[in-house]
Amino acid sequence: MKVDCLVVGAGPAGSVMAKEMASRGHHVMVVEKRQEIGAPKRCAEGITKHGLENFGIEIHPLCISGRIGGAMLYSPSGKRVTMEGKDMEGYVLERKVFEKWLASEAIKEGAEYMVKAHAIGMERENGMWKVNVQSMDGPLSIETPLVIGADGVESKVGKWAGLKTVNKITDYHSGIQFEMANVKADENFIHLFFGREVAPLGYAWIFPKAFSANVGLGVLEKGASMRAYEYLIKFIKEHDEFFSAAQPIEINGGGVPVAHFTEMVAEGVMLVGDAAQLVNPIHGGGMARAIHSSIMAAEVADDAIRKGDFSKENLMEYERKWESEYGEKTAKLMKLRAFLEKLEDKDFELLADILQGEDIFALTQAKLSFMLRKVVTHPKLLGLARKYLSE
Amino acid sequence: MIRVDRERCLYCGGCVGICPVNAITLYETRIEISDACINCGLCVKFCPVGALEEVK
Repeated sequence: MKVDCLVVGAGPAGSVMAKEMASRGHHVMVVEKRQEIGAPKRCAEGITKHGLENFGIEIHPLCISGRIGGAMLYSPSGKRVTMEGKDMEGYVLERKVFEKWLASEAIKEGAEYMVKAHAIGMERENGMWKVNVQSMDGPLSIETPLVIGADGVESKVGKWAGLKTVNKITDYHSGIQFEMANVKADENFIHLFFGREVAPLGYAWIFPKAFSANVGLGVLEKGASMRAYEYLIKFIKEHDEFFSAAQPIEINGGGVPVAHFTEMVAEGVMLVGDAAQLVNPIHGGGMARAIHSSIMAAEVADDAIRKGDFSKENLMEYERKWESEYGEKTAKLMKLRAFLEKLEDKDFELLADILQGEDIFALTQAKLSFMLRKVVTHPKLLGLARKYLSE
Repeated sequence: MIRVDRERCLYCGGCVGICPVNAITLYETRIEISDACINCGLCVKFCPVGALEEVK
């Protein structure tokens, strides 16, 4: 079997790639190792409206499980700062539905899909890749000049192509989440909780959905004295105001790559989404970046197919596009992450007193240097701000 | 040698993404660790639920 482009993985990155390639008239196939696209999720399912609209995605209403007007942030002692406004509006999706919808959009454009079809290796032969796939009908060999690694945090495609896609434990959140029914939290907001005892070097969250809420947290190993799971059990126990009558209906785990190290292309290979560690390093959200990476990769792939040039050199255009769009912002957000990792609980309390919602929004948009003025009377924070947040 | 507690594992694949020698593979509902494993213990440290343990 021979295709113009083989996509490994049918998450948001894979299906957006497939749609973009199929709509340009290319023969694209997607292989997904799971029997069901979209499940189990490894995601709190939140995305801002911008995160979809900026990429021309008019989402099917069935994909939306909750509508959000902003975020409430809680300090370790429970002080609350509210962020709201047009730019904060978003959705909590039902990813099982969203990913199937994205796949159906790609299939309408002519993409071929196989589920329960696991790519288990690939070899280079005469300028082509031969990808070995284990399907329920037996082994398949698919020949293609271009493999797209949309295979998530556990990506193998990059490794098979010789790229160093391994995550570092210092930059890889250990994530855990219950989806719970009967959570009592203001459903117009996502709720974010900070503190060394809550979620060391990460945060805990409640993302309300139609009949439930995603309740989870991410921690970095170097700050943690327990498993992520144990922190989550403790968080739920300590917040009766939200969870006294709540019960779990699903449990999810996952790694969140909060730093981008890997190269994104090799000979005849491009990585998109989590496989390329394209996650916002501050909030850990990956869907918008995954979608955008596939849109950029597809432009370059289309050009490569026209020219018949799948060399690394030619495909590097994708990495350059990514860098010019996200490089600077990501570098600043990494500095902000380094700043936040130095904070103790009392510093979070102080920040909760001096920062307004719009200040925190500005930080998430990589506007950092105003923080020096905000913390000017607090020597420790000023020192940290000078070190990490000067521009 | 690293052992997977299959009753506890959520097959989230997080350990696969941190293995420095590509010894771990997530199949649909199971984790497999190959002979390439060097017992570095990173996956054990990472696992959100403690489903991996080093056995001597």
